[in-house]
Amino acid sequence: MIEIKKLTKIYDNKKVLNNINVDIKTGEIFTVMGPSGTGKSTFIKSIIRLIKPESGEIIIDGRDILKAKKQFEIQSIRRDFGYLFQDSALFDSLNVWENVAFGLKYLTDIKPDKYFDVAREKLELVGLKDIEYKKINELSGGMKKRVALARAIAHNPKYILYDEPTTGLDPISSEKIMNLISEMSEKLGVTSVVVTHDVKLAFTISTRIGMLFGGKFLDVNTPEGIKNSSIKEVKEFVETSFIEVNRGH
Amino acid sequence: MSFITRFISKIGKSTLDISEHLGRATFMIKDVFYWAFKSRLEVDEIYKQTVRIGVDSVGVASLVSLFTGMVLALQTGYTSQNLFNEPLYVGTAVGFSLVKELAPVLTAIVVCGRAGSSVTAEIGTMAVTEQIDALYTLGTNPSSYLLIPRYFAFLIALPVLTVIANIIGIFGGFAVGVVRLGISSTVFIDDIIDFMEVKNFMHGFIKTFLFAFTIATVSCYKGLYTEGGAEGVGKSTTESVVLSMILILVIDYFASSFLVLIGIT
Repeated sequence: MIEIKKLTKIYDNKKVLNNINVDIKTGEIFTVMGPSGTGKSTFIKSIIRLIKPESGEIIIDGRDILKAKKQFEIQSIRRDFGYLFQDSALFDSLNVWENVAFGLKYLTDIKPDKYFDVAREKLELVGLKDIEYKKINELSGGMKKRVALARAIAHNPKYILYDEPTTGLDPISSEKIMNLISEMSEKLGVTSVVVTHDVKLAFTISTRIGMLFGGKFLDVNTPEGIKNSSIKEVKEFVETSFIEVNRGH
Repeated sequence: MSFITRFISKIGKSTLDISEHLGRATFMIKDVFYWAFKSRLEVDEIYKQTVRIGVDSVGVASLVSLFTGMVLALQTGYTSQNLFNEPLYVGTAVGFSLVKELAPVLTAIVVCGRAGSSVTAEIGTMAVTEQIDALYTLGTNPSSYLLIPRYFAFLIALPVLTVIANIIGIFGGFAVGVVRLGISSTVFIDDIIDFMEVKNFMHGFIKTFLFAFTIATVSCYKGLYTEGGAEGVGKSTTESVVLSMILILVIDYFASSFLVLIGIT
């Protein structure tokens, strides 16, 4: 379980995250939605301290990552996480299987001679076969996302963080990623935190959705609850987003 | 706002900017030392980077040194011929100039232009595409995986390249001295051996470690703090090369003065 209490992040005297309180329950898919520039990426990066907030608590299974003093303590908490970056963030200098197996050396006790097998298994899990030796620049955007997902789950994390997982993808690739997020949750039993402005994704896969506006969660509810929200900003955002989806944007 | 206020505010801003850069660079160096002792050394990466920074630079560093040695011999030979009617002490001039100054400085400049720029561009691209953040999420950090191997590579490669440059440069001078100026090969070699001592070689050799540390620090720092996409990477790379070159020349002067002071002349 991730408990977030009074989380505040300030950039240039502006509170990007303003006293946020939310609990992310074990096994759920928690999606953070909201307009651009409302602090969605800052929120997800704060969870594993890629960004250090000014104040607040982020308690992961009883350990507060913001209170961890030494790098080793932070690393030991991060060990429980997999992170899918917006632009995949794959290492260009390595091939596909080396990318997938990269974290095994640091995050697991698996012997190096097993790395390739683990990488192949995880690639199969995301629906990719026979691309182990391909270079990253030979892959399409959708394939890159799936390789990045295979890398994020290679060390069997308890939590997966998805930063805009469908941004920049065609509808078919988006659908595949959407199904994969649900599958990862069901097959691996992981807790997922998804940051997105893709309403279709949010309303299809989420257990709960948090609507982030101006650095605050205005509403945290089930997809149905968010659709019927009485909060003006949430209502407007959802309605506008659905109109755009129906128009084919 | 008056001219004076604007001027003072500009100086203040520049001072703050410089302090910020120095502070960040100091923290980066501190991190490099910390992780060098705390984490497993990435031996494969050190090897890969040493090949990339060192072995791949042998050709261009040798070429630069070869022609430097040749032109030194030519200029010294003709000057002394004009003054004394024969080319005197050409070997001595070529040997001392190369070993103490030209080979270390020129090799450092070649390495900074060739390898330092590539290190900045590579780390800079990683920074703007979140690959640096990815390192943290995969259980390592940029210091252990990126910076330490590159520091090691520069510190291993540059001294070795400088020794190679010394040999090639002296050979270039020797070839011009013997073939073009008609100096006997024994005289040329004796001119070097009779006057040169180990401390003369050490004077240049010690400086290569300072240059290597400088290039590694500047190129890694500029890469790590790159912002703003492809344009930012280009800007960081240019700044990295320019700053490294300036620092090499400044450090060369002060290091030479210090070495002379402690008797390593």
